[in-house]
Amino acid sequence: MTEPLHLVFGARDWFDLFLHYLSLSLLSIGGAITTAPDMHRFLVDKQHWLLDSQFNASIGIAQAAPGPNVLFIALLGWNVGVNAGGMLTGLLGVFLAMLGILIPSTTLTYLTAQWGHRNRELRAVRAFKQGLAPIVVSLLIATSWILAGANGSSLKDWPVWLLTAVTALIVWRSNIHLLWLLAAGALLGWFGLI
Amino acid sequence: MNALPIEEEAAHPQPQSLTDLFVSFTLLALQGFGGVLAIVQRELVEKKRWMTREEFIEDWAVAQIMPGPNVINLSLMIGGRYFGLKGAMAALAGMLTVPLAIALLLALVYAQFGGHPGVAGALRGMAAVAAGLIAATGLRLFGALKNNVLGLRLCIGFGVLCFAAIALLRWPLAYVLLGLGSVACVLAFRKLTP
Repeated sequence: MTEPLHLVFGARDWFDLFLHYLSLSLLSIGGAITTAPDMHRFLVDKQHWLLDSQFNASIGIAQAAPGPNVLFIALLGWNVGVNAGGMLTGLLGVFLAMLGILIPSTTLTYLTAQWGHRNRELRAVRAFKQGLAPIVVSLLIATSWILAGANGSSLKDWPVWLLTAVTALIVWRSNIHLLWLLAAGALLGWFGLI
Repeated sequence: MNALPIEEEAAHPQPQSLTDLFVSFTLLALQGFGGVLAIVQRELVEKKRWMTREEFIEDWAVAQIMPGPNVINLSLMIGGRYFGLKGAMAALAGMLTVPLAIALLLALVYAQFGGHPGVAGALRGMAAVAAGLIAATGLRLFGALKNNVLGLRLCIGFGVLCFAAIALLRWPLAYVLLGLGSVACVLAFRKLTP
């Protein structure tokens, strides 16, 4: 265990935290996780507001928890806040980080989507959606490939790849509830079978 | 290839109210471990039938290309399509509120039990299953591409190139979307009848 951090946070620091997320929001094309390296640089390396272990645990817990993966940003804000005091400052950290990362991107997306929907008969709008369709479908398969590889990239990790492939086949071909499969994966992992 | 049918406001079921949107998205988020996309596609397209596969891919393309978390963008767009800004906010709140509370609880629990080897194994197993779910979503949506204006052969071509660039060569997503995406959009534009 490394020493826990005890920070003294002024209004200026909270504002900097908010501003950091605000500035990353419009850069997060392809999901907030694409800006994680920059968050690490700022929060851990530059400001020393977070420990490396806290940064990694925030991402891991958000992946395992139900809900969108962007919640890792809430957990980063939470940990910065807890380091700066306790539960209350933790909640303030959650609030500022989430507002910062969401306000610019959701505003832009909402306005663009409304405009696109109003002008959906325009040739350019239809071409945009039709052209991107095969790419975003293929992107799902590529994402799956990368995620499976993150769990184990060597030959002895073949059970992980097998589990991913079998899951994909079952879900593609049947209507079994997805939670059963996740529970099965958790059990296999708990008993060290994969 | 066959011409694309003009997008119609097809008579499919719709969310009943803002509460319906909020509750539906909360339930979706709570079933989504390791990412919500698979469950959104399963529930909204195949069970509730709020949108067709084609509409889903089109919205997903926009959600993907805009900055910000993809699934957040998607829920914003779906909510906004039915109830305007209020709908977008209701869907967004559903996606985030309860999952955020759970993620914070997990962060507190993790501090206690994170060291147990079974926990690490279970997370690994669930991550492998989650990767499979995403691949299956891609496979299920693939069928919708046969109505694409580019034609199935070009769609497969773009899909293979995208997979190679992202999964094998690990190129940054923004470049791939811009590069391959603009070629695909220009081709689609030329094939669409004005």
